[in-house]
Amino acid sequence: MDKFIDKSTFLAALHDGQSIMVGGFMAVGTPEMFIDWIVESNVKDLTIICNDAGFEHRGVGKLIANNQVKKLIASHIGLNPDAGKKMSQGALTIELVPQGTLAEQIRAHGAGLGGILTPTGIKTIVEENKQKIIVNDQAYLLEVALGADLALIEARTSDAYGNLVYDKTARNFNPIMATAAKHVFAYVHHVVKQLDPEIVVTPHIFIDGIVQKEANHD
Amino acid sequence: MINPKAIIAARVAKELSDGDLVNLGIGLPTLVANYIPETMNVFLQSENGLIGLGPTPTDAQIDKNLTNAGAQYVTLKDGGMFFDSATSFGIIRGGHVDVTVLGALEVDQEGSLASWIIPGKLVPGMGGAMDLVVGAKKVIVATTHTNKGKPKIKKRCELPLTAYQEVDMIVTEMAVIEVRSDGLHLMERHPDVSIETIIEQTDAALIIGDVKIMEV
Repeated sequence: MDKFIDKSTFLAALHDGQSIMVGGFMAVGTPEMFIDWIVESNVKDLTIICNDAGFEHRGVGKLIANNQVKKLIASHIGLNPDAGKKMSQGALTIELVPQGTLAEQIRAHGAGLGGILTPTGIKTIVEENKQKIIVNDQAYLLEVALGADLALIEARTSDAYGNLVYDKTARNFNPIMATAAKHVFAYVHHVVKQLDPEIVVTPHIFIDGIVQKEANHD
Repeated sequence: MINPKAIIAARVAKELSDGDLVNLGIGLPTLVANYIPETMNVFLQSENGLIGLGPTPTDAQIDKNLTNAGAQYVTLKDGGMFFDSATSFGIIRGGHVDVTVLGALEVDQEGSLASWIIPGKLVPGMGGAMDLVVGAKKVIVATTHTNKGKPKIKKRCELPLTAYQEVDMIVTEMAVIEVRSDGLHLMERHPDVSIETIIEQTDAALIIGDVKIMEV
């Protein structure tokens, strides 16, 4: 049994109006080849969930530059002026979320929880239109779970089952996003016959398709 | 003053203790690392998923998958490790970070901080700042005293807040200020700056007691 997929299988999974989680932090740990394939597919009106807006020519910034994104849910857009410009022109909706809240909303979805209670954002504009819950005299915001149609992640090493190990700070959002989407595709740099079961970070049951770097994809 | 940022970074570094887990924000706070004595074991965390941040790499040492939260290349010290973003913010929100150092657009006399948005002008986003300020045991704002002469230490923040009443200390090139329940206490002044000048350049009310000279 293996989960290797080719480019046509990947492209067939893309649709207008989809929500897509993309791993990476300022494009470190972002599966750039998947991004390039989405650009090539030209699907539209996407909701992208990513830590940040990447850069104009790197990471999810390439999808914003190609006008494929309707809404971006992220914690930071500061290194991509194009995203800020499109937001002020009304061409792109951006929902800014505290980074820890974003991570926990995604983790909650993957773990079957309805949401989480966090003190982050209390008495700031982040609390607008959200339910406040008092636990042991402390105020928390109810932040609801966040899932997606598709999650695109990058890992250093996989076995044929799709057990994954990451690389340094390229890990970031990848392991939690792997748990929180209907379909999860992993771009991996190396494939080995066997991984030490003690060091697996993402169990293979979360992974639906693997694309290996430098395999022949056409 | 020759280099305000160096003065601020050096003074903030004196607040750190052996064994502390510390998060340094992007920009000026990052410079604090240069002033931590080599004999002191301070563990630097970066919210993109590591503890054990080391010095800037040489060109030959650069690994593109080893960066800080500002997307700069870094190195990892002995004992360092990596983790995912949920674990990273569990560490941050869970009260496991001893000190967080970050910049400010405005900070006020109640210890509230504004640092992530100027509506209609600049919208970088809050990144991890809201979680850090809420979760860290000690919050130090490291900032120039004014923005080109315009006070940044205000009676009340006018910009949207990063967090409400969470700041413990403000370090500028002119002064060290502690935030207490009764207001802002001027603790230290730069040797070249008078108390009168500090009062003049601060919008917030300052409580003046025994003001020491900043070691610079």
